[in-house]
Amino acid sequence: MGEILEGLKAAFLLLVTLDSDLVEITLRSLQVTLSALVISSLIALPFGAWLAIRRFRHRRLAIAVLNALMGIPPVVVGLFVYLLLSRSGPFGVLGLLYTPSAMIIAQVIIITPLIASIAHQSLRELWAEYHDLLISLNTTRHQRIKTLVWDGRRALLTASLAGFGRAIGEVGAIMIVGGNIDHATRVLTTAIALETSKGDFSLALGLGFVLIGLAISVNVAIHWLTRTEREGRW
Amino acid sequence: MKHLVLSAVFSICSAVPILAEDLRLAVTTSFHNSGLADVLLPEIAKDTGLNVQLLVVGTGQAIHLGEAGDVDAILVHSQKAEEAFVDGGFGRHRREIMYNDFVFIGPVEDPAGVGNAESAAESLSSIKANQALFVSRGDESGTHKKERALWQLAGFDLEQFGDWYRAVGAGMGATLNAAAGMGAYAMSDRASWLNFGNKEGLALLFSGDPLLFNQYAYLPVNPERHSHVNAEGAQKLEEWLVSEEAEALIDGYQINGEQLFTFNATR
Repeated sequence: MGEILEGLKAAFLLLVTLDSDLVEITLRSLQVTLSALVISSLIALPFGAWLAIRRFRHRRLAIAVLNALMGIPPVVVGLFVYLLLSRSGPFGVLGLLYTPSAMIIAQVIIITPLIASIAHQSLRELWAEYHDLLISLNTTRHQRIKTLVWDGRRALLTASLAGFGRAIGEVGAIMIVGGNIDHATRVLTTAIALETSKGDFSLALGLGFVLIGLAISVNVAIHWLTRTEREGRW
Repeated sequence: MKHLVLSAVFSICSAVPILAEDLRLAVTTSFHNSGLADVLLPEIAKDTGLNVQLLVVGTGQAIHLGEAGDVDAILVHSQKAEEAFVDGGFGRHRREIMYNDFVFIGPVEDPAGVGNAESAAESLSSIKANQALFVSRGDESGTHKKERALWQLAGFDLEQFGDWYRAVGAGMGATLNAAAGMGAYAMSDRASWLNFGNKEGLALLFSGDPLLFNQYAYLPVNPERHSHVNAEGAQKLEEWLVSEEAEALIDGYQINGEQLFTFNATR
């Protein structure tokens, strides 16, 4: 119990003094995760919509695989990306290993199936409603995807936020491909792992509270900006 | 509003790192947990202009990173593995920098009586005889290799150990955390132990056997093998590490009045 209070105290002290290291790793956490989120959403949301309206032979198998990939273990993704980006690997010449770019790549791989799967689930129901209308208007497939994505934007926001939640708290993959280098690739989660390994539980817990606070603020900010959950604006 | 958010996102995405001569150095967890890096790195940056990026891993992984060419140099402590690294053509040479020593940590009550042992081998024998819990690094690090070598020297076969021998597969700090949680014995380097924050219920029980000597060496990665490595920077760092200034900083580094490392590089 004492350590939890110490952790709260540490978090408070870090915040009120605007500790420069804390600001740096928090901004890097945001930079990596938001970049990964933007890229993933650009891939996954249209893909989810496409999967909802398109009928093809192995559709059920594709959906089953996509759903299974939601639970892909981050540490395996990390290892995989490490082997690809290592100097001895196929993309070694790019020199991306141990940079924020490598961490973004790993997170995109982790969260894209999650966002696509949730997007597909919610758009499938919307498609059932819109099906007759859109077919009778003789819309192109491109127009149908656009309509679904726009009208289903609330549900898609939830899909993206789920992706954000998974990415911001992820440590296994970015530890391997980022290396937790001070002033280069250290983010909140890897810093927490490091402080725990040093036995400095109060600082680790303090960083943990900052991370939770960050996740809540980002979610609230996005909801506020997109004006969801307001009267008359469903 | 939307444009504002978008532009904010893009400005975050396109943030460019500060340009300085970067050098990637893989170091062992035991070196990093000692806190010496925090003393040395700012001085290195000031004197040589090198921005040393530390990758904190076990010796096994550090050597693997050097072989793959993912780092410019390594600073580790496992002589046999280091010599194999140089013989394999992965490293240019091996340069001894400094040493510290290993110690046996265990519960304050010391049920196995390790505190009364005369030698490292005797401490290990009494832990085994009492079937007292022992936490091993189990991660192919320098400390893990040393620990296995000590068990062998004491005449035991690790394969036949029972449940009391627990390999956690983690770094030094995490292993000490596990030992604290289980009330178990563990072997640690002195620096990590002194710098460790969660000592509750644990105590340093045995040290001083010459067998527990722990030599750190610096090995630059061979540029003939990996042309992209920063060989010039690695050379600069090596010159700094064996300088008189480094000697004063390493020998002068203390925690609670105890000297942690002893400089022993030959110039």
